Amino acid sequence: MKKSLAILAALATLALPMSAQAHRAWLAPTATVLSGTDAWVGFDAGMSNGVFIADHAPMNLAGLIITAPDGSTLAPENLHRARYRSTFDAHLTQAGTYRVANVMGGVIVSYKQGGEQKRWRGAEADMAANIPADATEVVATRSASRIETFVTLGEPSTTALAPTGEGIELVPVSHPNDLVAGEPATFKLVRDGQPAAGLEVTIARGGTRYRDNPGEMTVTTGADGAFTVTWPEPGMYWMNASVRGAAAGDQLAYTAQYNGVVEVLP
Amino acid sequence: MRKLSLALSAAALSTAAAPALAADLTVSVEIPRVSGASYHRPYVAVWIERPDNTAVRTLAVWYQQTANQEGDGKDWLKDMRTWWRRGGRALTLPADGVSSATKAPGRHAFTVPGARLSNLPAGDYVMVVEAARELGGREAVRVPFRWGAANTARAAGSTELGAVSVTVTR
Repeated sequence: MKKSLAILAALATLALPMSAQAHRAWLAPTATVLSGTDAWVGFDAGMSNGVFIADHAPMNLAGLIITAPDGSTLAPENLHRARYRSTFDAHLTQAGTYRVANVMGGVIVSYKQGGEQKRWRGAEADMAANIPADATEVVATRSASRIETFVTLGEPSTTALAPTGEGIELVPVSHPNDLVAGEPATFKLVRDGQPAAGLEVTIARGGTRYRDNPGEMTVTTGADGAFTVTWPEPGMYWMNASVRGAAAGDQLAYTAQYNGVVEVLP
Repeated sequence: MRKLSLALSAAALSTAAAPALAADLTVSVEIPRVSGASYHRPYVAVWIERPDNTAVRTLAVWYQQTANQEGDGKDWLKDMRTWWRRGGRALTLPADGVSSATKAPGRHAFTVPGARLSNLPAGDYVMVVEAARELGGREAVRVPFRWGAANTARAAGSTELGAVSVTVTR
């Protein structure tokens, strides 16, 4: 059953152990809609076949960045890495929406040196200095992975959701913390800031242990990068899209992946 | 598809209720072709239950019998939830004549020689086939049949299983 996995999850998992490559990366909040002036939200981050079912590998949170409603950065608290999941808390004291993301980028270079296959990973600027002069079969791939979720204290806001222009990002048309079962929601995907047309988006609802049908949905983004989904039921949903391209001219080959989690309320 | 036909002694059926017959039991299970980027063969369990849902005996378990970097194949036996609860968890695997590797989409039939079921009293039973697939769904198909007389019973699944038939032969 779990023989060789061949999902293109690939580079999203750069942050993760190689064995976890084919699994789904998820960063799930304990709550998304909060009231008052001071709230705590916990997060679980892992890699597994069943979304939100922590049974395979914890996530390396080296790229974790929490953007507060005013655009500033909030430090995570109580970080812990368990056997199958990483956890942390966010202490919310500003009203508005927080973007909680684990973002990994850089270049992966595979090459041979003296007949031995080697691999280097790092910033594109450091690539030249780190690849030996006698390396052969050098293949460099620019990668960008974003694994994120959103939480809101009080009224939803969008300042923290502004795209950074790197990798695949979700641009809200519907607000990601204002989703209701039975209602359609629209988001736009951009890659490096440009509309990501024709991307296949996989949408999976958590809780598969309690039903027989995985009930996954697939939608494709339009020319403007937008896709619309009508949430069939309340729950925590995982959305994934990935893209890869071959090297062209002086452009490196690239791969980008997006994994977002949103909560849909009844 | 292979079919075994073994001659059995009348002693194979010990209960008074059972007519003196040498019956074999053939189960045919269809695994449907499912399209998708990451298809994995399902785990399948086949077992006999009484009409009150109490398990009698597991006839077949098709699972990954080796360990790989993902883990040991036995780690996911529990995903066949119903079988696991009704007897799978009490079984030591691999078990002779029960365990085998996962099967590709298509029809798969196996025959249980009557000698192995010699202590099964004649009566009404249900053959249950349960399939669970990685990144897929789970489905159980129940096929009521009679043990003690030649008969064929059929049912079909709709997602993870296709046609299932149970044939009791003299």
